[in-house]
This record gives sequence, C-alpha cells and structure tokens, in this order.
Amino acid sequence: MEKVLTRNIGSDQKPTDMAAYEANGGYAGLRKAMTGMSPKDCLDVISDSNLRGRGGAGFPTGMKWSFVPSGDKCSPGHKYLVCNADEMEPGTFKDRLLMELDPHQLIEGMILSAYSIEADISYIFIRGEYLVAIQRLRDAIAECYAKGYLGDNILGSGYSLNMYVHPSAGRYICGEETALINALEGKRANPRAKPPFPQVSGLWGRPTIVNNVETLCNIPHIIDRGADWFKTLGRGEDSGTKLFGVSGKVKNPGCWELPMGTPVREIIEGCAGGMQDGYQLKGFLPGGGSTDFLVPEHLDLAMDYNVIGAAGSRMGTGTMIILDDRSCPVGMVLNLIRFFAHESCGFCTPCRDGLPWTRQVLEDIESGHGEEEHLQTLAYQTRYIGAIGNTHCALAPGAMEPLQSALKYFYDDFQQHINDGQCPYH
Amino acid sequence: MSKNIIETDLNTVLSAQEIAEIDTELAHIPYKSGAAIDALKIVQAHRGWVSDQCLQAIAKYLEMSAEELEGIATFYNLIYRRPVGEKVILFCDSVSCWLCGCDDIKQKISERLGVDYGETTADNRYTLIPVPCLGACDRAPVMMVGDDLETHLDQQKIEKIFADSQQTDKGGQ
Repeated sequence: MEKVLTRNIGSDQKPTDMAAYEANGGYAGLRKAMTGMSPKDCLDVISDSNLRGRGGAGFPTGMKWSFVPSGDKCSPGHKYLVCNADEMEPGTFKDRLLMELDPHQLIEGMILSAYSIEADISYIFIRGEYLVAIQRLRDAIAECYAKGYLGDNILGSGYSLNMYVHPSAGRYICGEETALINALEGKRANPRAKPPFPQVSGLWGRPTIVNNVETLCNIPHIIDRGADWFKTLGRGEDSGTKLFGVSGKVKNPGCWELPMGTPVREIIEGCAGGMQDGYQLKGFLPGGGSTDFLVPEHLDLAMDYNVIGAAGSRMGTGTMIILDDRSCPVGMVLNLIRFFAHESCGFCTPCRDGLPWTRQVLEDIESGHGEEEHLQTLAYQTRYIGAIGNTHCALAPGAMEPLQSALKYFYDDFQQHINDGQCPYH
Repeated sequence: MSKNIIETDLNTVLSAQEIAEIDTELAHIPYKSGAAIDALKIVQAHRGWVSDQCLQAIAKYLEMSAEELEGIATFYNLIYRRPVGEKVILFCDSVSCWLCGCDDIKQKISERLGVDYGETTADNRYTLIPVPCLGACDRAPVMMVGDDLETHLDQQKIEKIFADSQQTDKGGQ
C-alpha cells in the first residue's frame, strides 16, 4: 500500500524538517494551487474527493467548507481556519504522531484549506501537554514565513495568511468546535448553541472552519494528485487512507496508516499482533472512548464510517481500545464515565448532574454494593442522557455509548457483580 | 483612598516581561479579554501558579472583572490557582492506561513520594495531579513529569524516575 500521511515518518521517529519535506514532494500542492488554482478550484477538488472529517464525526470536508460565505455574500472582514489539535479523546494518539514527526504536512494542509475558504488568519488549537509538537510546529511555521509560504503575498499569488499556535489550557470539551472557538476567544469552553454554525459565525463572529489535524494533513496530497487518485486509496466505500491505532493488552500496540475500509481483524491481529499471551479479546471500542463497544463477531467488519455505524457503533477517531477477558467491563466503563463526568463543562443538567449520577451507580456496582434496580437505572440513564436533543452538545450522549453497549454485550458481568456482591475480576 | 492603593498595587504586580508577552498575544486578538487564557498561562509560566493578586492584576490589565477571569481560570485543568511544586506530575488515569495497570502505578508513586492527588511533596519538588488521556496510549501507562513524557511505566521505572527524591516513610499521607 502507498503511504500518504506517514510517507515522511520513518521508524527512527525523527521529525521531518523543511528540506526533507520538500525533497519528498512537500509544498508541491501549495505551488500548484498558488500558481494555477482558484479557491473555488481547490474546494471543488476536496468536495470531489469525498474526504470525510477524521476527528470523529466523519462530516464531508468539502461540504463543510462550502457553507462559508464568499464574494459579495460575505461581509468584509477576517475569515478563520482553525486546526483542532486538541487530541483528548481517551485512547486516541494519532494527531500527536502527525504533528511531532511531520509538522510541515499539517501546515501545508492548513495553508491550502485557508486558501480554499479565503481565510486570512489561521490557528492551531493544540493540547497544552503536547510540548514537543508545539515547539516543532512553531519552528516549522517560522521556516514557512522565511520561505514565503506564510505571510503576505504567498509565492507571489497575492494571497496572504498568518498562522498562530494556541496551546490549550486543558479541557476535553475544547475538542467540540464551538467550545474550541470560545476557548480561542479567551472564555470558558462552553459549547455554543447552533445555529448559527461556525462556518457563518464562528471566531469573533466571523466565518470559521474547524478541521481535525488528520483531515488537514490529507489536503496537500489531494490538491497535488487529484480527487480520483484519492478515491482509489480506500478499500471500501470511503476514500483515502486513515491512521488506525490499537491500545490495550495486545502484543504490539501502535498506530498505522491503512486504507479506509481495512477490516478490524487485520488491524488488531495483523498490525497489533493479536492479544498478549494469556489474554482473550472480549470487546473493543472502535474509535475512542465515546464509541459503542463491538465484540469478536464484528472483527471482519470494514473500518468505514457507514459499516461501523450500521453495526451500532462509530468509527470515531479510528483508534481502538481493546477490552481483554481479564479486565472488568464494569470497571472499564466506570473509568470512562469518571472521565466524562470530570470533563463536563457543567452547562446543561443531564451532563453536569446526570454523569456523576451514572458514575455513582457504577461505583456502587463495581465495589459490590450494587442492587438489582441499578440496572434499570443505568438503562434509563442511557436513554435520557444519551438522547441527542436532551443535552447542549454531544459530550454526554458520547459518554453513554460505551455504557449502553456494555449493558448490551456484557450484561452478565453487571449481573454477576450484583449477585456476588463483589467484582469477579478482583 | 483604599481604592487608589489597590489600583496602584495591581499596576505593579505584573513584570515588564509578562506584560510584553501578553501584548504580543493582544496584537492578533480584537478584544483585550480575548487574551485571558494566554495571559493566565504566561503569568503561570513565570511564577508556577496564579495567585489572587496576579489574577486581579491580569483582570485589570485586560479590562475585565476578576470574577469573570476567576471563572475562566478555574475552568481549565492546566491553570493552577494554588502553589505547585517545582515539577507537576500529570498522571494519566484514562482508559488505555487503566487497562494497562495505572492504578497500581499511581499507588506506587503515592507511596514513594508520600502524596495523593492534589498534594505537593514535603520537599516541594513534585505536585501530583491526574490528567485526561495524554495521547500516548500505545506506550501506556504514561505520565508527564514537568516537561517530560514518561512511558511504559512499571514499578522499577517509578523507582528510577524518582531515585533522587527522598524516600518517605509513610505511604499516601
């Protein structure tokens, strides 16, 4: 398979500098766009490529961009392109790799994306803990200004763009695009009501596009080599390649670039080497902590947005978390719910009060103080907190996904905790 | 009279360096309060944490109320409103690290350093804080000690990392 996103990333874990990036075809997409493509041309190529957002929701990137007003439909003023590098979904470790080892790929993707929507200011909103990535991105941005790839009149095209790195002060909810925009404005990161959508009224009330790191890293290659080429990369119905990861008790945890549509089994048993000796696969979260559990019968499913969706889960970030047969499913869900309860922004009641309630019920069950009625309570909570529309944003419904599917697939484990008055895994 | 004294004091709290760094951020932000988080982080980078006095001084400089800034400061995990040790230990307790045994590692650190979450060691070298997923799940369990990411944690590695820290005789106190 041809490596695209990781073609500059070798096993030596050395970062790719400007010289190495350009020697391997880097900034060819930028030169092509700046010398012969209009913003509309670029947008059309991305729309034709069927690229879908790699941050978790899978929204078509070209369609998202097309909502940004342009020409006489847009009032005069700034437009913004924001890279969502606030990688904080539990079990997700793909954007760190892209930023630490090939920062120029992201920057080129951002310049081209900003050009497509005619933005003049761009931000990289990055986790404050990603110190290595922050430094490498800042160094790479400085190199770009020096070479005329950023700043005024990029490569003589008349197009100008400034780029800033904004390290977050740390909250999971900042990954929600409107909460991220509030954080960029220096406020508490409460999500905003939609509409208006950020494409029309985002940062400082101006049109704003927020895209995930991996999504943006695809852009230079699509601009350089075309939509048709990109569509040939996928094995299934989705276009392109994707970074897939596996963590947990497997022999070789890691992150690999593979075609969209690669079967789960190839990733877990092939790339990750299967389970460690003495452990069996009991279930897995296919794309981070806020996705529904799948079980061994789903191993032959293709990692495509719609295929995983039809199985009752989400492809999410594509980084899988493995539940082994010696770890307690109730304990694993409790760990996740603790995280979500802690990271609730506190704005709406089902999330602020509901998630600590769920946590309490799970703590009671896990510690051997569970009662039969707790199972009904949990089922009620998944319906009430999990329903889109009851909450202000997707955090609490996301938190309910691993719980509702754990109740479906591992109900006996919950029951046994209650019957035995203790956790059978301890 | 007292009002004047407070205002005079607040104008001298922030260093010239801190103000220069805040001004750099303000250059691309349309409203002063938009630099609130940046300013908190800048002051914290110089002083380790954000005191009440610093918070009031930042609020005044950014033309916002101290109450609003406090609401922002306490919202974020990485803004410290209490003093911390020379290095903050950000210990990942999220799901992949949990599956790989981070509870035992946390216990080991607490015993070795004599601190629980939110506490600072007696010698003021370390403050232990839990942190959501650090995005290094393929190398779990992990934590950050100051600016350094420490991976593949086990009992021996904890001993090695904190080898030069004085042994406490009481665990988890």
